[in-house]
Order: sequence, then C-alpha cells, then structure tokens
Amino acid sequence: MVHTFIYDGDYFALDVETGSVHVLDKPAYDAVTRLAQADARGGDIFEALRLTDESLSAEITALVDGGALFSAPEKDGVKPENVLKAMCLHLAHDCNLRCGYCFAGGGAFAGKRELMSADTARAAIDFLIDVSGTRRNLEIDFFGGEPLLNFDVLKSTVAYARGLEAAHGKNFRFTVTTNAYHVTDEMKEYLNANMNNIVVSIDGRPHVHDAVRKTAGGKGSYSRVVANAKDLVLGRKGEYYIRGTFTADNLDFANDILHVADLGFYGVSIEPVVTTGEKAIREEHLEQIFGEYDRLAKEYVKRRRNGNGFVFFHFMVDLDGGPCRQKRIRGCGAGTEYIAVAPSGDIYPCHQFVGRDAYKMGSVFERDIDKAVAKRFDDCSIDNMESCRNCWAKYYCSGGCAAANVNINGDMMKPYELGCAMQKKRLEIAIGMAAKEQMEES
Amino acid sequence: MKHIKTVVKGTLKDTKQKTGCGECQTSCQSACKTSCTLANQRCEKKHR
Repeated sequence: MVHTFIYDGDYFALDVETGSVHVLDKPAYDAVTRLAQADARGGDIFEALRLTDESLSAEITALVDGGALFSAPEKDGVKPENVLKAMCLHLAHDCNLRCGYCFAGGGAFAGKRELMSADTARAAIDFLIDVSGTRRNLEIDFFGGEPLLNFDVLKSTVAYARGLEAAHGKNFRFTVTTNAYHVTDEMKEYLNANMNNIVVSIDGRPHVHDAVRKTAGGKGSYSRVVANAKDLVLGRKGEYYIRGTFTADNLDFANDILHVADLGFYGVSIEPVVTTGEKAIREEHLEQIFGEYDRLAKEYVKRRRNGNGFVFFHFMVDLDGGPCRQKRIRGCGAGTEYIAVAPSGDIYPCHQFVGRDAYKMGSVFERDIDKAVAKRFDDCSIDNMESCRNCWAKYYCSGGCAAANVNINGDMMKPYELGCAMQKKRLEIAIGMAAKEQMEES
Repeated sequence: MKHIKTVVKGTLKDTKQKTGCGECQTSCQSACKTSCTLANQRCEKKHR
C-alpha cells in the first residue's frame, strides 16, 4: 500500500508496510498516485505502470524491486505475549476544577468522590511488579481527578516503588497529570525531582481556558494555573507537556497552541475533544480544522528555523527510530499492557473506562484480571479492524483510541471517523515536515 | 534518480525490528490521554 500526499508544496509517497518516505516530482507523484489507486482496487500496478514514461517507470520499478514502494504486508509470526507494565493510578476521584468537557464527570468518574489510600496504591505497585514478568521499565501515571489532592499518597507510593526496584530488577518511570490549580513550593520541588514527565492541563488563550476550566465556584482558572505551571515546569530538566483540549467553540485552535508556546512552554499537546455534546467536533468543522493545522505547521517550522521552536506532540514523528512493527500493531496497550486503577483498587483497561462496570477487570487486591475483558482489547488491533486494515495511517495511530470508538460509535472495533480524519491530516504534516527536515540536514 | 528521491528507507519489515520487547513507553502515558498517537514514541533499544 502506498499513500501519496502534498505537504508545503512538495509531493510525497509513503510506503506503508516499510515506512519508507519518498519525495517526488509532479510527474512521478501523478504516476505513483495512479498506481496506488490501482493497487487499492486490487489491480495490477505493473499493468498501470506501462502507462508512465520509460525513465519514470524504471525508477518506480527499481523502488518496488528494492522493497521501498508497494511493499507487501508482513506475515506475522508468533504474537508476543501481552505483559502488563504500565498503570494509571487514580489517586483522587475528586477535583478542584469543574471542566465542562471532563470525561471524568468533574473528577468522580460516575462514582463517589474519594481518594486512593496508601495501602491501595502499594497493593497496585505490588500487583504491577508481580504481573510484569521480565519487563524492566514500568510506568506509573498519577492521575485523577486531580492527583495532587492526594499528594501524601503520591509521595509514599513513589518511595515504596523505588524501594522495590533493585530487588525486583525494575525501573519505575513516573508521570503526573495535573491541572496545576493548587501547587505548593513543596510539590514543585518534589515533582521536579521525582517525576519523569509532568503533564499540565491548559487549553490556550485566557478566554478559551476560562470558558471551560472553571473552579467549583464557577470562576475561570487561567491566571492561577498559568502562574503555577510556569513555576512548576519552566526550567525543568525532565520532560513536560502542556496538554489541552480544543472544542467546537475554538476551531481557531492554532492560536491556542501558539499562545501556550508564547507563554514560554516547550512541550505542547492540544487535542480535539471527544464528545457528543454541544462542544463536539462535527464533520462540517473539518475543513477549518485542517486549515488550522496547516497554519500551525507554517508557523511551527518558521519558529524551529529561527531557533525559538517548540514541540507539538502531534507533529512529532520519528521516521528512523520509531517503535517497532509489533508495537504499532498492538496500539496503546489498554487492557493488555496498560491498566487504570480506581481509588477502590478496581482495575479497568484504561483511565477512560474507569467506573464503567462492563469493563471492570478485577482488583489489585485479588491479584488477578478478567482475561475475557483483556481479550476484547487484545482483539481490538489494526489487523482485526476492517477499516484499519486497509488504512495508510495504521502504523502511525495503531487503530486509535478504543474509548473514543466506544464513546462515539458504541463499539471499540468501529473507529471514530472524525478522529481518524484529523489524525491523518496531522500525520501528513508530521511526515512531510520530518522528511523535509531530513532533506535540509543532508 | 531523476524523479524520485528516497528520504527515509523504512525499517518496519526488518527482522531486527520485530522484537516487540515491550520496554518502550506506553503511548497514553505520554501526553495524549484521549487520542492514540504512537509513531512519535521512541524505540527503547535504539535510544538506549
């Protein structure tokens, strides 16, 4: 399978099965696009190739013969065993904000407001060590609600996990995802010393952020959050991201991404909301959204060239050193490599399924998981999803988000199509941008 | 070549790439949390 596309005036072809990227002149682009269409219809590309001029035909044939164009799908051998190795710990099913689009229902996840006890968090760590087999790198994301509402348990959990690393041959990596509404000096110091990654929720410009991310009293949180976030992560040595959401109310979201960068933040991830409510992204919004990504890409490249660049999470792609094919087939690992643990100790496939009884997989106290639920998630792979199998983006998004598929389509095997459309747009930009950077460097 | 320049020779089919060692970051643990973006994750073996 080959996907051809235009980015910033240049013509590209992606060989899907190998990940090879080629830049083409216009005649080659037209010819390869025609061959890709014939290939997609199940036709003979070499038959279609006869229509192109001789020198072009020879170049295309050489690439096909060299395994860099129209490569055949790989026949997979034995699938590696799924091993749990990442855990989202819901330290607090409570929050000091009441964001309008919150999938956690204001932090409570459709249940009661509660904090995870230190004992439950320790049991979760023990469980992960037990089930992670020979995996050395284990990940813990302190999540909520707002996890800093339970800061003492966060600290005791880190200390407990660190204390078990050497004896069990493990290396814990910690992330905290916070709204940064309440961050003390002690928290700042501790988090910067102990978290591998800090994710802070900011949506962008003050009016955009404050329209959604409100306090329990209904006031905007922008000023306080931005001041705290700057204190927390600017100058930090480790990784961090400012993570926000755009909705139908701010379809000019490139301004929000650039605003966050203008505040001095380096790592930025602002994503489309996944909802069916009035703020939902609709099909008629796509043209404007695509235009915003193009506009953002131009400014993004300009800033990177001028030495004042930033990282936009969805424009990052590692063309040479990205994940292996097995990882790309398996996707995000929800329910198979990755689980979420509620304050009660109940286990769910990921943070988005927490509180939904049909997806409950067990408890960290039972030290076992429901294999039937795990299998449903294991089956939810690009090889088994009809619309993914023949999609050019399959090795880049890996089938998307099961929770988004359930939330929008009621079926984790049916991809959220608007999400796919936006993902493909971002990927074309990301691949084109990375390829052009490589061309400029060589 | 006159018409086509290969910028990246992809390695997704290389036998060395088939390990699936599972040591790399889980994608949702990074910065997305609602949309699976996987190709920007790093291979643990290549970046060790």
